[in-house]
Amino acid sequence: MIKLTPRAQASAKWGYLSPVLAVFLTLIAATVLFWGLGKDPQLALYTFFISPIENWYGITELLVVAIPILLCAYGLALCYRASIWNIGAEGQLLLGAVVATTMALKFVDSDSLWAMPLVLLAGMVGGMLCSGISAFLNLRLNCNETLVTIMMNYIALNTLLWAVYGPLKDPSGYNFPESALFGDSSLLPILFEGTRLHFGLLLVILALVIVWVFMSKTFLGFQIKVLGLDKPAARMAGFKEKKLAAMVFLVSGALAGLAGAVIVTGSTGQLIPAISPGYGYSAIIVAFLGRLHPVGITLAGLLIALIFMGGEMSQMVLQLPRAITGILQGLILFFLLSCDVLIRYRIVFTVKLPGFTAAAKH
Amino acid sequence: MDIDLVTNILYAMIMTGTPLLLVALGEMVCEKSGVLNLGQEGMMLMGAVAGFIAMYHTDNHFIGFIAAILVGIAMSLLFAFIALNLNANQVAAGLALTIFGTGLSAFLGNDYEGKQIAVLPSLSIDALQSIPLIGKPLFGQNAIVYLSWILVIVVYLFFRYHRQGLSVRAVGEDPSVASNLGLPVMFIRYLSVIFGGAMAGLAGGYLSIAYTPMWTEGMVSGKGWIALTLVVFASWRIERIILGAYLFGFASIMHLVAQGLNWDVSSNLLAMMPYVATLVVLVMLSRDKQRLKLFEPMALGKPWHRSS
Repeated sequence: MIKLTPRAQASAKWGYLSPVLAVFLTLIAATVLFWGLGKDPQLALYTFFISPIENWYGITELLVVAIPILLCAYGLALCYRASIWNIGAEGQLLLGAVVATTMALKFVDSDSLWAMPLVLLAGMVGGMLCSGISAFLNLRLNCNETLVTIMMNYIALNTLLWAVYGPLKDPSGYNFPESALFGDSSLLPILFEGTRLHFGLLLVILALVIVWVFMSKTFLGFQIKVLGLDKPAARMAGFKEKKLAAMVFLVSGALAGLAGAVIVTGSTGQLIPAISPGYGYSAIIVAFLGRLHPVGITLAGLLIALIFMGGEMSQMVLQLPRAITGILQGLILFFLLSCDVLIRYRIVFTVKLPGFTAAAKH
Repeated sequence: MDIDLVTNILYAMIMTGTPLLLVALGEMVCEKSGVLNLGQEGMMLMGAVAGFIAMYHTDNHFIGFIAAILVGIAMSLLFAFIALNLNANQVAAGLALTIFGTGLSAFLGNDYEGKQIAVLPSLSIDALQSIPLIGKPLFGQNAIVYLSWILVIVVYLFFRYHRQGLSVRAVGEDPSVASNLGLPVMFIRYLSVIFGGAMAGLAGGYLSIAYTPMWTEGMVSGKGWIALTLVVFASWRIERIILGAYLFGFASIMHLVAQGLNWDVSSNLLAMMPYVATLVVLVMLSRDKQRLKLFEPMALGKPWHRSS
């Protein structure tokens, strides 16, 4: 028999080991999955996890995918630290892209230096608009934040569709649901010749540093942590609970909106319906897998980006549907939650033998 | 507005509200036992894809629905193991279930997009169907719609009159006390979660076999999440779920209404209606926090570990 006995104190060691173990278990599950689908596991694993980043171009592509995921995940981590179950990064990203596009289309024929910062700012405003509504409904009107943010995701998605089929559609685009192509002044500069890796990477690094310093070095970051761990204590200490929560909502919205702006200005160069294959949802997994720590999140984000690319690669090479990406992401989260049990509980194997009972602790 | 239009709107409202009714019923039972399963969306997607595949290969609607239910149950067991046995955070475990179900259903259904199956015939009661206005909406539906009504009645009676209905609620209010009284807390919670999974699977199957009938990736499009709101809307009262489900059904068919009334509104904006309606309902419900807490099962979403 296997029994769980509560630990006296949460295990810090397992806090770090659990994500590693979860990734390891996911790899095993992936191997079994590939084998079950009749593919050579060794070739499949190689195709999925190694071939996308074999060369310099692959690595830059990995970073391109990771950029929006990471921006969203840093923001979500702030929310989760405050125990706010915001799962609205996807909607905030989409609305950010819509507002950024609206701004970018004003600069199609202009080479103003203001274009780029204004477009990025517009994206952040779009994301903040989306998360601001969620924050208002949650903090002022007491609505459950999970339900509110998921509904906002669907509303934002339909807003995006409405925009590309309606007001933002390119008049000379043969009726395709696409916006006009952006002008050069509102396209993010490419960092390395011959790749698609754009300036967004520097924004990610900036966000990483700011969020890290904010979380670990400022009083506000400390207050957010207390709020998440012990609400009554935060109240007793006189922390402004609602203001903190609203700020966290808005910051995460701004980051997700920035991610949307970065996608349209860096990768697609126009607004199309399919700007995000669920980056905002993946960011939830990334935030948890990274233990809500900016550095952990960065590593987790790169891993999830690799899984996105692996899905594409295995579609081309192994003729497997790219939806395998979603399966692996779900599995990682399952394994992570399962392994997290080791933080709070000790697993005890009790062996029952006839005549006596021996308990062995592992 | 002519009477045919009203009849058709009522008919479509009930048809569209049925999957919501089924999932919300399952989730309510689950929540009554104190377990919050946010994985409805994922379980519905899996039910939809499983039902469609089974139907496609056997051309038998019954087998399709059974497959949908079984797969829904399998998904709920996965959740139950992580949330109940491993005591994971139920919100996170439910989210994981949805993400996993979304991915797995897209994977399994990849080869079935755009395939055709025979539509589930309606099981009309001819004599009653000719009643003006309410005849077609009430008596011209398919078998699953009638089944959903039977299920509502059965669940209502179970909680109202059966001893074990009280056990489920006891477990949801205070699992430790229930356990001390000798109730098998884990067993009851497992059964409740399984019922929720079966209902979500059936609802998904309804979407892909009876309602559309086809499979497209992500076709549940938030209905699982709306159902979670419905449970709150109904303040965990079974009879109110019917009202809520059909109201949301109405919000989902606004494009039909607009068409009938010759409104010129973008279809994408109309597609937003169910989600906007959900937010409006949430706002109205949540104004009074104390009142909401009154109806909510006390132990909802709280992990419980038997300390022996």
